[in-house]
Amino acid sequence: MSLLNIRNLTVEFATATGAFKAVDGVDVSVDKGEVLAIVGESGSGKSVSMLAVMGLLPDTATITADEMTFDGRDILRLTPAERRKLIGHEITMIFQEPVASLNPSFTVGFQIEEVLRLNLGMSRRDARARALDLFRSVGIPEPETKLNAYPHQMSGGQCQRVMIAMAIASNPRLLIADEPTTALDVTIQKQILDLLMSLQEDYGMALILITHDMGVVAETADRVVVQYKGRRMEEADVLSLFENPQHPYTRALLAALPENATGDRLPTVSEFLLAEDMK
Amino acid sequence: MTVIVEGRGLTQDYHVPGGLFGRAKTVRAVKGVDFRVERGKTLAIVGESGSGKSTLARIIALIDPQSGGTLSIEGQPVDISRRRPSPELRSKVQMVFQNPYGSLNPRQKVGDVLMEPLVINTSIPASERRERAEAMLKRVGLAPEHFNRYPHMFSGGQRQRIAIARALMLNPQLLVLDEPVSALDLSVQAQVLNLLADLQDEFNLTYVFVSHDLSVVRYIADDVMVISKGVAVEQGTREALFANPQDAYTRQLFAATPVTDVEAIRARVARRKQARAAAAV
Repeated sequence: MSLLNIRNLTVEFATATGAFKAVDGVDVSVDKGEVLAIVGESGSGKSVSMLAVMGLLPDTATITADEMTFDGRDILRLTPAERRKLIGHEITMIFQEPVASLNPSFTVGFQIEEVLRLNLGMSRRDARARALDLFRSVGIPEPETKLNAYPHQMSGGQCQRVMIAMAIASNPRLLIADEPTTALDVTIQKQILDLLMSLQEDYGMALILITHDMGVVAETADRVVVQYKGRRMEEADVLSLFENPQHPYTRALLAALPENATGDRLPTVSEFLLAEDMK
Repeated sequence: MTVIVEGRGLTQDYHVPGGLFGRAKTVRAVKGVDFRVERGKTLAIVGESGSGKSTLARIIALIDPQSGGTLSIEGQPVDISRRRPSPELRSKVQMVFQNPYGSLNPRQKVGDVLMEPLVINTSIPASERRERAEAMLKRVGLAPEHFNRYPHMFSGGQRQRIAIARALMLNPQLLVLDEPVSALDLSVQAQVLNLLADLQDEFNLTYVFVSHDLSVVRYIADDVMVISKGVAVEQGTREALFANPQDAYTRQLFAATPVTDVEAIRARVARRKQARAAAAV
């Protein structure tokens, strides 16, 4: 049985010009210990569907789904107390801008200990010790000193490691990473992806990776969902997707990768987009 | 072949003034860089954040004066700290920035964006300015009716087309492009890269292309310079550099770049299966 199961999810935003459908009948499921990549360009609704799971969408959003369950529990019908137990505990999330995700006024140590004290009910002393452990396991150099550092005193890569440490503090069963390496340099990106993959294996947690980068997909995913304009275009295991893409949009995306260029010019996705917009 | 732009021992120092507690210090962001680019060619400058690649781009684009070394445009040494560049010189070198949301004035209509370089640097009459701007809009894949619209009415890719059009209004020899496609979606990135390739062929343009993305560089560059901490650690033709990288940092950069090659994915999937089977035992 899959860990997270979403069927026919639709998210609509009430805007000044009427309802806007950001996600349109999307199915997502992820198994225990699986790495699922949701890939799409801006406006594809790839983040919105996961924010709906986390309950992080604004009041203007209307969420409907035939099914939205985590380990058999219906996410849409949880009481607030049950929701607090699930979100941030069993399902955690990290975001694109690590530096912006942290509070600039507090040390990173204070912020991670806050998670441990409030969420897991640890004492200050236990939280300190566990924070140190977590910092070690995400590979932050000089962890004792770094606990007392403020976010601005750390690099972007280190801030993302702090975010990851917070996210894995409660041994979650599902970690959702929304463009975790987009703001980072390529060598740092590699380190962070390697870290996520090794943590995923060690902890046996499922990982949903939201990204626009086909390279990141190729290096991490077991299974891939391709989204475009709020709809699912294709779902396949990673090898089939790259070897034998079924949907014309996926084919167009892969052909537009500069490394796949065969001639003088790159094929563009626009021909496909034009045909699609006519419908 | 004519050399359009050449740098010899270029350095850039930034003076960080001392605050209440700290002492003033000098940071050398670019530490003596040499390069030359011939007409119609593309030099890609590759590096990570803090490498000095944008600092170097700003020197080449005549925005910031270098602290040391010589910069020559078409064989003439240029030092803008001594003399303001003439309109002719400004016309030769133009720049396109990374973020098309920040590089266009939100209160300026697209037509005015395109005509401004002509107003400042030439004495072309108003009617002809308008004609040229409309022609340029068409050339970069937009339409003359976009002339009276504001930047917010355009998508990121369209805005980058506008920024490229503005840079081309003065018929430059050299275009300095600082991460021109890194803010764009993959499908839009392909369109803008194609446009740049078309324009280079048509106007025999010379590009200095700053990027952190090796797959883009491999696609567009003739020559590549890898820069790290202000030092050009490796320089060479695209073929030589990608076939046989010499420097340790270049190799590290290559190793970190994700590959979408099917065989590589097959190998990774197999490794993962094995690891899982081993863990299950």
